Amino acid sequence: MTLAMLPFILAFLLLVVGLYAIVAKRNVIKVIVGILVLDYAANLLLVLVGYRTPPEGGAPVAPILTGGVKGVDALAAAAVDPIPQALVLTSIVIGLSVTALVVALAIRLYEKYGTFDTNLMRNLKG
Amino acid sequence: MAHLVPLLVALPLAGGFLMPVVGRLTGRRESAAALPILLAAVVLVMAVWLLLGADEPITYWVGGWDFPIGISMVADGLSRLMAVIVATISLVALLFSIDYMSRFTSPGLYYGLFLLMLAGMNGVVLSGDLFNMFVFIEVAGIASYALVAFGTESDELEASFKYLVLGTVASAFLLVGIALVYNVTGHLNWAKVAEGIAQAGGPTVPLYVAAAFFLMGFGLKAAMVPFHAWLPDAHPSAPAPISAMLSGVLIKASGVYALVRFVFSVFGGDPTLGWVLIVLGVLSMVLGALMAAGQEDFKRLLAYSSISQVGYVVLALGAAAVMRARGVSEGIVGLAVFGGLFHLANHAVFKALLFLCSGSVEYATGTRQLKELGGIGRRMPVTGACLRVGALAISGVPPLNGFWSKLFIIVALVLGEMYVLAAVTGVVSFLTLMYYAKVQRYVLGGEPSASVDRAREVPAGMAVATVLLAVLCVATSLLAVPAVRSRVMDPASRAVTAGGAAGPRERLMTADAEATERAAGRETRRAGVQPAGEALAVDAHGRRPAPGPLGARGSLDATGEGTAP
Repeated sequence: MTLAMLPFILAFLLLVVGLYAIVAKRNVIKVIVGILVLDYAANLLLVLVGYRTPPEGGAPVAPILTGGVKGVDALAAAAVDPIPQALVLTSIVIGLSVTALVVALAIRLYEKYGTFDTNLMRNLKG
Repeated sequence: MAHLVPLLVALPLAGGFLMPVVGRLTGRRESAAALPILLAAVVLVMAVWLLLGADEPITYWVGGWDFPIGISMVADGLSRLMAVIVATISLVALLFSIDYMSRFTSPGLYYGLFLLMLAGMNGVVLSGDLFNMFVFIEVAGIASYALVAFGTESDELEASFKYLVLGTVASAFLLVGIALVYNVTGHLNWAKVAEGIAQAGGPTVPLYVAAAFFLMGFGLKAAMVPFHAWLPDAHPSAPAPISAMLSGVLIKASGVYALVRFVFSVFGGDPTLGWVLIVLGVLSMVLGALMAAGQEDFKRLLAYSSISQVGYVVLALGAAAVMRARGVSEGIVGLAVFGGLFHLANHAVFKALLFLCSGSVEYATGTRQLKELGGIGRRMPVTGACLRVGALAISGVPPLNGFWSKLFIIVALVLGEMYVLAAVTGVVSFLTLMYYAKVQRYVLGGEPSASVDRAREVPAGMAVATVLLAVLCVATSLLAVPAVRSRVMDPASRAVTAGGAAGPRERLMTADAEATERAAGRETRRAGVQPAGEALAVDAHGRRPAPGPLGARGSLDATGEGTAP
């Protein structure tokens, strides 16, 4: 247990918070917030996985090539792992489309039931 | 041949984005179906061509980028079999949609979403790496959430909301699993992850934590008990052709197929995971059947029955993993895998048939309550006959396909000395026979009730679709014939059993690519520093050039501790 593990543990805590909101909350909007928290906890974890410090110490840099091809080696040594960042970008876009869809569903549900309370939306038995 | 592989995804994807426009241009609803049916037919032809064309697995590198950089699509026996099943059910469901969907508005959006779902499923079964599979699962998933809500009545919206929430939880679990696997092995490509696990001397504790997340994620997608809560709401609420797609192929592509790939191709058929599959399979099989028996709503009964039948597939495959670890002969292990995959194909056919029949019945009578139906056979002879074929097939009455696959599973379990599981499978088959006898008695038997009396036979398109599937229910029995089996099913079984580090995906890499990779990899490991210039290229594929701040193992232990208590 070092200080470096703390972000991982916090990311998992965030995951649990999101799950709690989805399972325990009875308001459609709060469930949607739970989905977002859960989603971002997973994204955060993925970014943390890609974090690494350069071998000679010091803080890593973003994996963006600014100084032309000549700077490739220096960047490769100093940058964090770019793969998880690419994955997270994709995941954020997916999250956006899911959020748009679920909010649209929430609006339609409100039109039908006149409430956001899921206790009052019990046509289906589950 | 290799160029067919990306087209299987690209064609429906392009069609999916064209359809909203096409739907607006073609005023009449029937003509909007032309393009999707054409595309689905082309996809089916290509998938069959791939299935029969070559024995060797085909790897396609997207964009022509080779191994360390590129993204791969892999078509081995299992992928091809799945692609053919998906395309067949899609084509039939689209034929059925022409008339059935005439009662709904916005055909362009419906067909667009349908094609997106098809593209997503093809992508799932052809992906060569974990993250791409995740993306395509999401594509298929988002399209299906929207399709479940397509009726926009309160039931549909509620079911879709529930489905979406649980689907998103599943996706988050998958993403966490992907992060953990990437942290331990430094790869996303199936074959390289498998190799990484083999090098570590089998799965370690952190990998089992990742496996738990994957199993929960795929379990939710496949609606295995205890992760099934969304399915009995979502599948019946969707329009009938979509119910057929969801129950027939979607839970199999993004649930069972992904689960099989993960357990066999990545974890090399690890027996611990095999037991987890057996437990999930037995729970789903038994509880699904018991819950189905108590249903009064036709489509809800079919939905619970899907949970039960998918349990057979998962049980058979889990048993195969355990048997292999126990040293049971390859022939018996192969029989269990064959039985599972055969049942998967069969269930796609007869469950799609039953859902389409339930759609026909609802179309003609306006009700799905079993007790309000009766004597359908007198008023709707074609639908009635198809419904009877489907019900007999799923109950396992010879000579229909369901009998053979259940027989193979039970025989494999007995030969593998898993007598209790064989007995449970037999009992559940009997339960299935019972509740489908109930369906036949209520829907087909007796005098036509008030709601059935005015019913007429459905339009030709719908009738043709159900008849096609009824014929397939008989025809797929032929997959058990050795000559056909060795051509169609055995490559798929081999793709499963040959999993692990030495699995087929390993052999897929071209010699050149493998040599490059080996040179780069060894160098890196020995020097401990990134070779100049290679770094970004290697990164782009997904290998970690140098360990993270905690070291690969260390940081994962940390995450493991975070979740364990």
